[in-house]
Amino acid sequence: MFAFLTGFMLWLSIGICLIGLIVHLVLYVRGLNWQLDRVAYGAYPAQGFKGAVRSIYRWLIPFGNHSWRKQPFMTVIFFGFHVGAVLVPIFLLAHNLILKEKLGFSLFTLNPTVADFLTWAVVISAILLALRRVALPEVRILTTVYDYFILFISTAPFITGLIARYQIGDYSFWLTIHILCGEALLIAIPFTKLSHIILFFASRAQLGMDYAIKRGGMKGKGIAW
Amino acid sequence: MPEGTLCNKKPIETEEALKALLADKSGKVYYEEMKSLEIDDKLLWKTIQNTLKSRLRTWLKICAHCGMCADSCFLYLINDRDPKQVPAYKIQATLGEIVRRKGKVDNDFMHMAMETAWAKCTCCNRCGMYCPHGIDMGIMFGYLRGLLYQQGFVPWEMKIGAGMHRVYRAQMDVTDEDFVETFEWMIEEYEDDYPGLEVPVDKEGADIMYTVNAREVKHYPEDLAEAGILFHLAGENWTVPSKGWEQTSLAMFAGDWAACKMQVESVYEAMERLKPKRMVGTECGHAHRATVIEGPYWAGRKNGKPPAESIHYVEWVAEALRTGKLKIDPAKRIKRQVTLQDSCNYIRNNGLKEVTREIMSYMVEPGYFVEMTPNKEHNYCCGGGGGFNGIGIFRPQRNKALITKRDQILNSGAELVIAPCHNCWDAIRDLEEEYKIGIEWSFLKPLLISMVEVPEHLQAKE
Repeated sequence: MFAFLTGFMLWLSIGICLIGLIVHLVLYVRGLNWQLDRVAYGAYPAQGFKGAVRSIYRWLIPFGNHSWRKQPFMTVIFFGFHVGAVLVPIFLLAHNLILKEKLGFSLFTLNPTVADFLTWAVVISAILLALRRVALPEVRILTTVYDYFILFISTAPFITGLIARYQIGDYSFWLTIHILCGEALLIAIPFTKLSHIILFFASRAQLGMDYAIKRGGMKGKGIAW
Repeated sequence: MPEGTLCNKKPIETEEALKALLADKSGKVYYEEMKSLEIDDKLLWKTIQNTLKSRLRTWLKICAHCGMCADSCFLYLINDRDPKQVPAYKIQATLGEIVRRKGKVDNDFMHMAMETAWAKCTCCNRCGMYCPHGIDMGIMFGYLRGLLYQQGFVPWEMKIGAGMHRVYRAQMDVTDEDFVETFEWMIEEYEDDYPGLEVPVDKEGADIMYTVNAREVKHYPEDLAEAGILFHLAGENWTVPSKGWEQTSLAMFAGDWAACKMQVESVYEAMERLKPKRMVGTECGHAHRATVIEGPYWAGRKNGKPPAESIHYVEWVAEALRTGKLKIDPAKRIKRQVTLQDSCNYIRNNGLKEVTREIMSYMVEPGYFVEMTPNKEHNYCCGGGGGFNGIGIFRPQRNKALITKRDQILNSGAELVIAPCHNCWDAIRDLEEEYKIGIEWSFLKPLLISMVEVPEHLQAKE
């Protein structure tokens, strides 16, 4: 079972995730239409590229734009969740040991204390994100069961990972559950809103190009995000 | 009754049809007929399949329901933070729902969607700047308006406005003859004060082709004279086209994309015919948005630009003051608290925040210019944008919306608001009428005329 989960299933889930994300990106770009979107993407590639990069960059920096600064609590829990959710799976020592064993190389690895901190930050931020959905009327009205489901499957690998890491209960049981949750998450990514992993960049780039090419980016200093 | 005589899916194509619709005071019959207007769900779904491509589709799909757009929307804030005014909710409950139901929606739904599209969103595009995913709900509401227009669920005034463009190539019943005659008449009125003042009509190869808002011709002809005087004092080689002079587009507010194309093409034809170096448009936000920013795409121009370089009036004024073509008498500069209304359509949507402030630096005595908060590309809509000003049935909602701007102005401490945009100007006039806060409001032109130096060779002889 364990060999199957860390062998075939691992490659399958990573494969589905990566191929799915690439398909999303290709379909997104192919579906852009200069006339329907009313953005002359092709006519000003340099300006468009600059606008796209700025639009993404400004949103990857905590408090890097008006919106993040306006909502500091959300900014903290948003980055608390996303920083760990992106870094821990890729740079955790234990994950890289598997990588080394399977492919013969490993990536930079996180200091275990940092990894612990980031993982706790993911779990605590996820709880706060869920509470925010309940507490704020403007978020509650938008929230559906699906949103909680997305939050749950994104956080489950981190919760189970912590249980396994602190060896609470049956270690091998929790480790197996952790791997299952992680693989379920990888498979879910292309088929759910989690596709925003790639589409966030696509959508931000598009709006950045829109502002850079059409909405004044070639006049004055450009938009202050 | 699937199709009404006045309220139906057919655009207004003739003067006769336009007059019949206008004769229906306040759209009484029109709205009555709308109650039984049927939805062509096949057409609706087919249109969505053909036009809802990756950008809009992705926006609908990846919205994280985080609610960060809520605080960005002045209509949400001014309506006591009603959750139903959250931009993401508004678009998901309308366009999102139509897509989910594959176009199978009923009459009540379409009424709700119409109110949401025209009375709960002014297409100011502010929310798009606050969404982490970059979802611009203003653009989506523009798209939704197109779907609603196609199905006949469009406010009476918007249907008329789009019809005006189709019949007259102007937002009001102003003919090409009316335009030229009015401009010439207004110029004649000022000939004695400004010797040599004229309006060159259809002059080829001029440096500037000037385009206007039909309201100026019909209701504010002084504005035409002021434009002519300022070009004259600046020594500009300018002209107006006898055809293709209307820069605005109520068709854009209505979502009548075919009429949008007809309208801008009339202006582009004038550019191609007269071959001016540049086009300068009047002090109007949506006119600039329609003709300069969106228009090239409606007309199928791949480079996203009109045939001649086209600038907003504020860009011309800033340039004229910067280069000394127009000189302001320092003694006549504004010496009381004054603020500036940032029009969404050319500040947020065309990056003109710096040139407008540059103009203020010449016109206002240092220390007297005050900013509203927020300002520049983060400014709130005047409260009447996107057609909201002109829709009778949504007047109570519009008047409530004006409170945002009222309070912004009051908090700035300004006594005078400079509003180089027709829609903003109207909204500020209406908020003063409605709430009487004791402010004045003005376009740039009359203020400039009162403070520019008249070069000696252009002065009237005793």
